[in-house]
Amino acid sequence: MAQALNSALRDAMREDPTVHVLGEDVGALGGVFRITDGLTAEFGPDRCLDTPLAEAGILGTAIGMAMYGLRPVVEMQFDAFAYPALEQLFSHVAKMRNRTAGKLPLPITVRIPYGGGIGGVEHHSDASEAYYTSTPGLHVVTPATVADAYGLLRASIASDDPVVFLEPKRLYWGKAEFDPAAPVEPIGRAVLRRTGTSAVLITYGPSLPVCLEAAEAAKAEGWDLAVLDLRTLVPFDDETVCRVVRSVGRAVVVHEASGFGGTGAEIAARVTERCFHHLAAPVVRVTGFDIPYPPPMLEHHHLPGVDRILDAVARLQWED
Amino acid sequence: MTVLDHRHHTAVPGWLPGATAPRADPAPLLPDVSPVRVLGTPALEKHDPALLRELYRRLVVGRRYNQQATTLTKQGRLAVYPASTGQEACQVAAALALGEQDWLFPSYRDTLAVVSRGVDPLEALTLLRGNAHTGYDPRAARTAPLCTPLATQAPHAVGLAHAARLSGEPVVALAMLGDGGTSEGDFHEALNFAAVLQAPVVFLVQNNGYAISVPLTAQSAAPSLAHKAVGYGMPGRLVDGNDAPAVHSVLAEAVERARTGGGPTLVEALTYRIEAHTNADDATRYRTEGEVTAWREHDPILLMDRALRELGILDDALVQEAADEAEALAARMRAEFHADAELDPMALFAHVFAEPTPQLREQAAQLSAELAAEAEVQH
Ligand SMILES: Cc1ncc(C[n+]2csc(CCOP(=O)(O)OP(=O)(O)O)c2C)c(N)n1
Repeated sequence: MAQALNSALRDAMREDPTVHVLGEDVGALGGVFRITDGLTAEFGPDRCLDTPLAEAGILGTAIGMAMYGLRPVVEMQFDAFAYPALEQLFSHVAKMRNRTAGKLPLPITVRIPYGGGIGGVEHHSDASEAYYTSTPGLHVVTPATVADAYGLLRASIASDDPVVFLEPKRLYWGKAEFDPAAPVEPIGRAVLRRTGTSAVLITYGPSLPVCLEAAEAAKAEGWDLAVLDLRTLVPFDDETVCRVVRSVGRAVVVHEASGFGGTGAEIAARVTERCFHHLAAPVVRVTGFDIPYPPPMLEHHHLPGVDRILDAVARLQWED
Repeated sequence: MTVLDHRHHTAVPGWLPGATAPRADPAPLLPDVSPVRVLGTPALEKHDPALLRELYRRLVVGRRYNQQATTLTKQGRLAVYPASTGQEACQVAAALALGEQDWLFPSYRDTLAVVSRGVDPLEALTLLRGNAHTGYDPRAARTAPLCTPLATQAPHAVGLAHAARLSGEPVVALAMLGDGGTSEGDFHEALNFAAVLQAPVVFLVQNNGYAISVPLTAQSAAPSLAHKAVGYGMPGRLVDGNDAPAVHSVLAEAVERARTGGGPTLVEALTYRIEAHTNADDATRYRTEGEVTAWREHDPILLMDRALRELGILDDALVQEAADEAEALAARMRAEFHADAELDPMALFAHVFAEPTPQLREQAAQLSAELAAEAEVQH
């Protein structure tokens, strides 16, 4: 996936000279995850800029660049290190189009490696999506497959609106063939990764592989689980989600971020509002606990795994 | 009349004397023209031999600690270790410049300063081992948790120092950070607050040349990082960060100044990070081996060894004693890290709030049931 993201940046920069990358260590090092590897060598330090270490400064500067007609792609080094930039993101990036009656749209992509499962110490594993999804004015995109990593990043950079592009860091090293020319579903569309009739697991980003694994394991229980990959949290694909939920009748939302006030709460509420008469059971959430992200040696107890997902499926009361 | 006064009087029409007058003459705030050095200079003889020997001993033990911790990452016993190899002089001098009642606010690279302050070496490593966020009791150790988000501990140091002064206690706070951290907003806000409040706080910037891959030239265009102090209204000091007695004396002076009501100081120590940023970093992508080799010649232990022998206060007995102590510490680290850490998953819920919420109780019960089921499967 890291390679696909790198290709997406390279291709976007080749095609559009207004695309500029900036962030900490994105130059000679190629980023701590090597997503920007080789970009400074190919496009020079003006197009792929090592900035001083200041997230608010990076994003604030990107705002000015975008005002002047560039398409900045910002790299935040880790989820929790984007927090110093939240003021710029919430007060300016998200609101500039609205504040200026459409005169100053900001085509900025903010790439943020997020989530746990890689043994990172404190402040390196936050699942921070709920902060962004609850901020009107931001698109929030999170790929789970290699093809989507490429396609969705290209689409995000091309978007005239700001996009928070959340990269599941534990999937960086996942491998798959992909064809950059192959069409990818656009931003705002969910994709059914696995069909099934017993229940649907609604998920995104780092939890997709876990859900696919759970669906495989569920066969032993006689359950046939569908798996729906949201791909984009904002805009939310109510249409696809409702179509699938209505046809299956039972739904479990799975994500690794804390549950309380989390994205899953929003999804469960929407599904309930729109599909109440089609549901044979309440929508159930499987999420991380409501605790600060734990030390790496304990993180596996926090992250939703196959067993916890199957327990939730069992709670959906199979007898009608 | 200072240069600045003069400019105001002549160039700013309508200037009201008093309202915008500079609080201090900037000239005395300007940093040292060249880094303060003690080793290899006549100043060395004025230093207490006992302190010099203590610094030497701690440097040697600290170097061994850095090496052993790095080895433990290679064996998978530590999740990550940002070594302070080459920067030991800053670490041990920082700890020794503080009194017992003072507080240390370390960054993730400052484990060695924490250990030099008396925290158990293994407790200081829990964050980097991965079993707990902070292994020591910050209040007992008067040492804040190792801080990972850059520069965010600096305002904490200011607040603590301010509060201590309000309560009339002669407590000083020392905040440690790297060169890259000086670009963060929190650093600047901390400096400004400290100067406005005249808080008894000292900022120690270990300028080791790089912030991960980014060299200082791409980080700051200031003549020196110590210059940043002047605009906020506090003195900036520049010191050779590999010269342990020099770092110690500059810090001790700043601490004393803070303690006696003189306000904050920013100290920039020029040093070098010999190892990569962490074990996960590839330093060959951004720096040359030649550069590293040159800095090895300016190694803090080497400099100390040479100068103290010349002065006749370092003998083979002390060298042996320090080496033995270092080996004993390394052996203890190996032995204790060899065993898997004992972990209680239920501790996840122990300290989220003073009183767990009903939701957390529910989740704790869920995990407890899961663990019981797992244990049953294993039997
Ligand atoms: C707010 C924030 N942004 C980014 C990071 C990621 N990061 C960790 S260490 C580091 C480099 C810091 O360099 P410097 O301040 O010079 O300290 P050094 O590591 O050299 O001791 C970076 C960018 C972070 N920890 N916090």
